[in-house]
This record gives sequence, C-alpha cells and structure tokens, in this order.
Amino acid sequence: MAYSDKVLDHYENPRNVGSLDKNDPSVGTGMVGAPACGDVMKLQIKVNEQGIIEDAKFKTYGCGSAIASSSLVTEWIKGKSLDQVMEIKNSDIAEELALPPVKIHCSVLAEDAIRAAVADLKAKQGTKDEHEQAA
Amino acid sequence: MPAQFALDMALLDQHYRKLQAEVHPDRFAAASPGERMQSMQWATQANEAYRTLKHPTTRARYLLALHGVDTEEENNTAMPADFLMLQMEWRETVEEAYDERNIAALDASLKQMREQAQALEQKLVAILDQQQAWQEAAGIVRKLSFIDKIRADVEHKISKLEDE
Repeated sequence: MAYSDKVLDHYENPRNVGSLDKNDPSVGTGMVGAPACGDVMKLQIKVNEQGIIEDAKFKTYGCGSAIASSSLVTEWIKGKSLDQVMEIKNSDIAEELALPPVKIHCSVLAEDAIRAAVADLKAKQGTKDEHEQAA
Repeated sequence: MPAQFALDMALLDQHYRKLQAEVHPDRFAAASPGERMQSMQWATQANEAYRTLKHPTTRARYLLALHGVDTEEENNTAMPADFLMLQMEWRETVEEAYDERNIAALDASLKQMREQAQALEQKLVAILDQQQAWQEAAGIVRKLSFIDKIRADVEHKISKLEDE
C-alpha cells in the first residue's frame, strides 16, 4: 500500500521514541492494543506542576500508520494541558497523515492511547491527593 | 454438530467430508446450469463453514455472533495492561531473534505463544460452553486474535530465514 509522505516521514524518523519512568508520579502511561491487526502502543506523558505536558514518549509495534500516528501525537501533545489533549480526535490524526480508510483504526489506537495515558496520570495523582488529605 | 466450543475434530472432519461429497460440483456435471451454480455455492459454503469451525478463534467468534455478541476486534483497544506488556515483550524478543537470525529462539517464542493460546482455548471451553459468559469470552477472543497475528508473523519470519 502507498503511504503518504507524512506517514513515511514519521515512520522513517519517528519522534520521541522511548520510555519514561512509569513509577514517576508525574508520568502517565497508556497501553492500548488493536486486536484486528495485533498492534500494540505505549504512550507516556510527563506533566509539570502547572499540569502542562512537558515530555512524551512512545513505543509502538505495528504497521507504518500506527507508528506514524503515535509519533505525530507525541509532537502534538507536548506543551498542551491534559484537557487540551483530550480534545484530539482520531479524525484529526487521520486527516493530518492522510490515512486511507483501512488504516483509520491506527489513528483510533493513538487517540485511545492519549486517553489511557491521561486516565493513568489522573488516577495516580488522585490517589496522591487523597494521601495528602489523609495526612 | 452441537453449537459449542469444545469440538470433536474427527466428527467435524466426518461431517465435512460427507457434506462435501454431497454438494461437490463434479456430481452436478450433467445437471442444469442453475443446479451447477447452486452446487458451487453450497461447496463454497461448506468450505467456509469448515474453516470457521476448525480454527478455535474463528469458531469462538462465530459462536459469539450466534448469541449476538460482537467481539469488537476493530475498535476495542482496552486490553489488560499485563497482556499488552507481554505482547510488547514478545515483539521485542522476536525482533531481536530475527535480527540475529536465531531460528531456535524464534521456535522457542512460537512454543510459548502456542501454550498461551492453548490455555486461553481451555478457558473458552468453560466460559462459552458452561458459564455462557459472552462478554468475558469476547475478551479472550480479542487476546487470541493478538496471539494469532504474532504467531503468523513469527512463522513467516522463520520460513524466510529458512529460505535464505
């Protein structure tokens, strides 16, 4: 299948590949997978005290579109607040990368990964707040 | 055939051969074009049914569909974290072994995957045939779907290395 130039660019030069410390309280980890294609995606975000995402890393096993989708979102979410990144839709990703219909699920995976990472971070910080209140 | 996950493979083979013999297009060589067309369709359907029932993942998916349950393999991405971690580890191991052209290591991974799949299939017997816990079964089908994909990929890699 012919990939768009943008997909090829992210695929050949993926941005922000790697891992953050998942035990760091300011790091949220989102792990998602697509059963239909067997792709696995891990997206991690690190927020500063103002709640802004200052770093993002990903690791994806899957096709070029899945890698490009996760690479693109790490670029998009840096410097944004948690509320802002929750507004990113899979259709935005698919449009930016000119994904064909059969590859739309790769962008769904990336959107779900953002949501999972934010949910993980909120769960972590929520429990931290409770501890502080209890103390 | 009973509509259940636990399968008597010999019985399935027996039914399939009988059905195939009945609808085989060769038997309709002298029949009208309409009947010949019909027999072709039946033969295709019999093949499809056999393939669906023979493979555990497609059999489970089909049984769930009979109960109106969609396995959501296209859009349900929320797999258990430990399962996804294992998938990542498998991918890493397989990638390394392939780069090192280590067929023995690939075979070992394949064996691990087969064992995992078999354990899940065992679980499906209880969950589908006894407990009829459809949603839980759909989750297992999604896992099996992952394992099927990576197994096919490893098998492909092994045969590529063997051909070189």
